[in-house]
Amino acid sequence: MTETQQAPARDDPGRAVPAIELTGVEKAYYAHGETVAAVRGVDLEIGQGEFFSLLGPSGCGKTTTMRMIAGFEEPTAGAVHLHGQDVTGVSPNRRDVNMVFQSYALFPHMSVFENVAFGLRRRGVPKADITRRVGEMLDIVDLAGRERRRPAELSGGQQQRVALARALVNRPRALLLDEPLGALDLKLRQAMQVELKRIQREVGITFVYVTHDQSEALTMSDRIAVMNDGLIEQLGTPREIYEHPASRFVAGFIGTSNLLDGEVAEMGQGTAVISYGPDGRIEVPVRDGVKVAAGQRLELTIRPEKIDIGLDKPADGLCAVRGTVTEVVYLGTSTSYNITTHTGADVVVFLQNATSADDIATRGDSVWLSWEPRHSYAIGAPQ
Amino acid sequence: MTTLTTTKTPVRGRPARPKRRISGLHAYTLALIAWLILPIAIMILFGFNDTRSKQNFEWQGFTLKWYAHLFDKGDLTTAVINSLTIALLSTLITTILGTFAGLALGRYRFRGKGSTNLVLFMAISCPEIVMGASLLSMFVTFNLPRGYLTILVAHVMFSIAFVAVTVRARVVGLDPAVEEAAQDLGAGPWTRFRLVTLPMIMPGVVAGALLAFVLSIDDFIITNFTSGSTITFPLWIYGSTRTGTPPQVNVMGTLIFAVGIVIAVVSARRNMRAPR
Repeated sequence: MTETQQAPARDDPGRAVPAIELTGVEKAYYAHGETVAAVRGVDLEIGQGEFFSLLGPSGCGKTTTMRMIAGFEEPTAGAVHLHGQDVTGVSPNRRDVNMVFQSYALFPHMSVFENVAFGLRRRGVPKADITRRVGEMLDIVDLAGRERRRPAELSGGQQQRVALARALVNRPRALLLDEPLGALDLKLRQAMQVELKRIQREVGITFVYVTHDQSEALTMSDRIAVMNDGLIEQLGTPREIYEHPASRFVAGFIGTSNLLDGEVAEMGQGTAVISYGPDGRIEVPVRDGVKVAAGQRLELTIRPEKIDIGLDKPADGLCAVRGTVTEVVYLGTSTSYNITTHTGADVVVFLQNATSADDIATRGDSVWLSWEPRHSYAIGAPQ
Repeated sequence: MTTLTTTKTPVRGRPARPKRRISGLHAYTLALIAWLILPIAIMILFGFNDTRSKQNFEWQGFTLKWYAHLFDKGDLTTAVINSLTIALLSTLITTILGTFAGLALGRYRFRGKGSTNLVLFMAISCPEIVMGASLLSMFVTFNLPRGYLTILVAHVMFSIAFVAVTVRARVVGLDPAVEEAAQDLGAGPWTRFRLVTLPMIMPGVVAGALLAFVLSIDDFIITNFTSGSTITFPLWIYGSTRTGTPPQVNVMGTLIFAVGIVIAVVSARRNMRAPR
């Protein structure tokens, strides 16, 4: 019995109940006589107080997943639990989560105060408490003194904060944010990212954040689920996801990534060694999930900033690949090099412009690329 | 370079004021305004005409006596009261039914939506003479005595489409997320409608209601077919033209027009003040 617990999170008193739990959640739509799967089986546990992001391109199912947590969509299969309680089939007005909409969806005919007080009034909170709580919340989002304004009289960033306050004032179990910064310009967006993180720390509420902007997800999240085509491709901390992308999709979607492949010469203890070209050698760690044997081809990813460029053959412990510089682009804090390896793969390298004033190499130079084996990551057989 | 400097230099400061003269455009504008306003002005003016004959076409001096003796013609007063109550009642019924129809058409997908839209379009585009005749034959077939009630039914019937279309236009422009936000914040369906949806579509509802009122109060053709022995304001005027239209008609017309102006001004000012 102890070994086959169905829901350890809920039965084990030692572990906190997750704020949100999705089990085998699927969603299919019927359009023009055919079934379209938007979400194809998602399992998730989001901890209390966590800043959790659902990241993916448009159409990957991230918004549908969020709307199933809010109750605006009902899963075709699977169940949604909020704090251990099954809420599948419960309508949104009876779920203890609140949402911040992409369009803010403020009530245009109400003042800022009335917008924020809306949820409290629905729950019959006493008048004095409403005034106090709305005031406190407007302080937190830095909108004190704008109570009487209408949403149309506020700037985009201010409207965004009203939407946030309107949801947070209800002290929901979790706050769901659907691309809330999408409509803001870059400067304001970056400021709001920091602001959101501060507010989340201050109120201690679980945030579920839907975005297609990988830098936004990396900046703010405790954990990220990268979604593609209705499935979670990878789930982990921003560092894990960035440093060790589990699939070609994740590697390509998050940041810039180089893909290299070659034939495995020998298999070591959790590593594969690839001889690359006449004198190149790559050693790459292999996870349990990736099946590969000597003689097979293996594809690996390596981030551009992990690679070093030199004119001499690097030290023995490092991976080493030869190539020719095809392009050098000066980017201010760093310089980007495009290099074609001797087997024809294109590699991008970012080098910080910290010490050297001059470029290490120029177009047409033959160079050595080198990196530490632990910085690369095996994906599997190339496609 | 020299060619560049010799080209026409832009005039500094204010652009030269055009010469003050009545241009073609001015004349056209004035003519149009006159065309629109002259008939109304003459109606108002002859309400103050101290006429002694049955006809009221010749200016015979200023008087306020028609305003003092406004309700002297008993059957005219009855006709005006009929027109006003029918207009108010039909506006009320039409606005309620038309608003819900507009909401459904603007927001939801349902079986029969296409045919509903078609029927609404037909109700708007159908010539009144056709609608009046067909209503009459229908009432006769169903053996309904023509009178106040049949006028009311007919008025609701032809104005409902106008309200539905105005409200639908407003609903289509709404962000559905706003209603979802209300639901997310704990509002049930009725609260959501009362506190969020209705206030947001209110401009459309008010516009539709005004339209319905105006359509009803001055309708002649359809009313003529469906009235039986009940007389409304337009029917009374039509009947009186054979013997001579009394100045009270001008006064009633002036007063109805004045109320319309007041409503229009108030709603325009409200729209200006409330930011959308």
